[in-house]
Amino acid sequence: MQTTQWNKLITASFLTLAITGCASGGGTTDEAATTETAVEESQTQAVPDSPEVGVQTDVQTDTNNPLLEQKIVYFGYDRAEIRPEFKDILNAHAQFLVANPQARVVLEGHCDERGTVEYNLALGERRANTVKRYLIVQGANPSQLESVSFGEERPAMVGSSDSVWSKNRRTEIKYQAQ
Amino acid sequence: MIKQYLFAALFTLTSLAHAELTIEITQGIASSIPISVVPLQLDASITQDMAEDISAIVRTDLERSGHFNSLNPDDMLSHPASAEDMYFRDWRLLKQEYVMIGRVKQNAANTYQVHYQLFDVFNERELLSQTLTGTATQLRDVSHRMSDAIYEQLTGIRGAFSSKIAYVTTNPQRTKFNLSIADGDGARERVVLTSKYSIFSPSWSPDGKKLAYVLLEDGGSRVYIQDLASGKKTLISKFKGLNSAPSFSPDGKRLALVLSKDGNPEIYVVDLETRHWLRVTNHYAIDTEPNWMPDGQHIVFTSGRAGNPQIYRVSLETGYIERLTFEGTYNARARLAQDGRFLVLVHQAKKGDPFHIASLDLTRRLLQTLTSDTKLDESPSVSPNGVMVMYAAKYNKRSILAAVSVDGDVKFLVPSKHGDVREPAWGPYLN
Repeated sequence: MQTTQWNKLITASFLTLAITGCASGGGTTDEAATTETAVEESQTQAVPDSPEVGVQTDVQTDTNNPLLEQKIVYFGYDRAEIRPEFKDILNAHAQFLVANPQARVVLEGHCDERGTVEYNLALGERRANTVKRYLIVQGANPSQLESVSFGEERPAMVGSSDSVWSKNRRTEIKYQAQ
Repeated sequence: MIKQYLFAALFTLTSLAHAELTIEITQGIASSIPISVVPLQLDASITQDMAEDISAIVRTDLERSGHFNSLNPDDMLSHPASAEDMYFRDWRLLKQEYVMIGRVKQNAANTYQVHYQLFDVFNERELLSQTLTGTATQLRDVSHRMSDAIYEQLTGIRGAFSSKIAYVTTNPQRTKFNLSIADGDGARERVVLTSKYSIFSPSWSPDGKKLAYVLLEDGGSRVYIQDLASGKKTLISKFKGLNSAPSFSPDGKRLALVLSKDGNPEIYVVDLETRHWLRVTNHYAIDTEPNWMPDGQHIVFTSGRAGNPQIYRVSLETGYIERLTFEGTYNARARLAQDGRFLVLVHQAKKGDPFHIASLDLTRRLLQTLTSDTKLDESPSVSPNGVMVMYAAKYNKRSILAAVSVDGDVKFLVPSKHGDVREPAWGPYLN
């Protein structure tokens, strides 16, 4: 409500200024005086202080969203960006976290075995943190989210093939027991 | 120049129940020096069986360097033990260039005395004569000291056979991890830490008395320093985020490591006495794997700031950062060799190519890939004399250790008898 009023006000002021601007183009003294009056009038139309608006968001209790069952997002080789196909899953988790402020999540970043142990530890952290940032942008509270990297140390699958590696480059969303 | 050969028999170190590692030489130098290490003559004072075969250990050490080709004792015409018994003509007939002879006697109090001499066959003269003493449990140390001296006498390079290696072993299920130290030939393995958590990045203090390492606990990575003599481990770093990649400064007073408490991984240096922390890098990309230059003023590290991992050098004094690698899509975990003249690193030439160990000549800016037989090569660690690089690799679907000389001419594998072995760290000189 408050915002709408401000918008109206700002629009009104600009209109007034625009009109007076055109009028002043005429250049006579009388008209100029009229303009001043008009500006004064517009200034008096300030919005009175309004009390704080009480906002209450209804708690989303829809926990049956099947996307919430998916708790792993996967990444490209040496990448840490969220792939578009995983945004729906992350949006569902973000909505759940917004609806359930008491929920806590640990985001575990992992890598495949290629590359060095330490670089992968850092890359795993990046994968956890991009998911964390995405969830925060979608409304989750930072205090609900912890990120941890396990690098290449805890593979989901053992092996050295492209399909195994693609399953190991991941961030796991782990809800913590309350 | 290089000839490929495989030793059919592994030098299996069966004399030690706990030894897990074996050495399998896969490539030596064609122009390797022929040397005869004659079995030592045992003095009548020796009452019980010798625990170690000293000449066999020396022979294996010299072979493992790739620079020597030793004669089987069965093929020798005689086993002399003193200079008077040396018939140089016989050794010339066998095309031997150098001969080592010696004898062992037992002193009181269970100590042994080894006297040995090294001869130049062509010039018929003595090159080296030494007497070493040690207890029964020190006989391997005595043997490695002999190898060090002979190697230095004949190559001009200080021997590193007495130095230790540290490495991590794990079961195939990756539920149990051991950090162990052993002789450079894999013998006398001793477990210094057992954990259900991953152990990695072991780093020796310059005096060889401590190991820094990372334990990847459930809450994240932590850096510890363990005193080897007492077994006491001290928590160094447990900040929010990563605590990783420890590296001792050349004077042992500071530790470089990686922290991500600022939001992303940065290189830090902590003074181990005052616990004063100094932030070294400041970039939104990954900065990790610090390693000190010998001057104690510069650190080389891996950074993703160019879009993929490359090696950089930073000055601690000025903060000036210089990129060192340009060739290849992945250059990481650099270790310095030969007083900072060479870098040894993990290298991938282009996307999809295998990961191999490469050396980079810092003065000529020349990159040379050193390995080819193994896969997913990582964690290179350089011997203190800068000659050999030990690294971890995949071989026949197992994680093993392997070694290659900095010039790429000598190669050997160090497979373990069971489980996987990774994260080798070559220790400093101990003498």
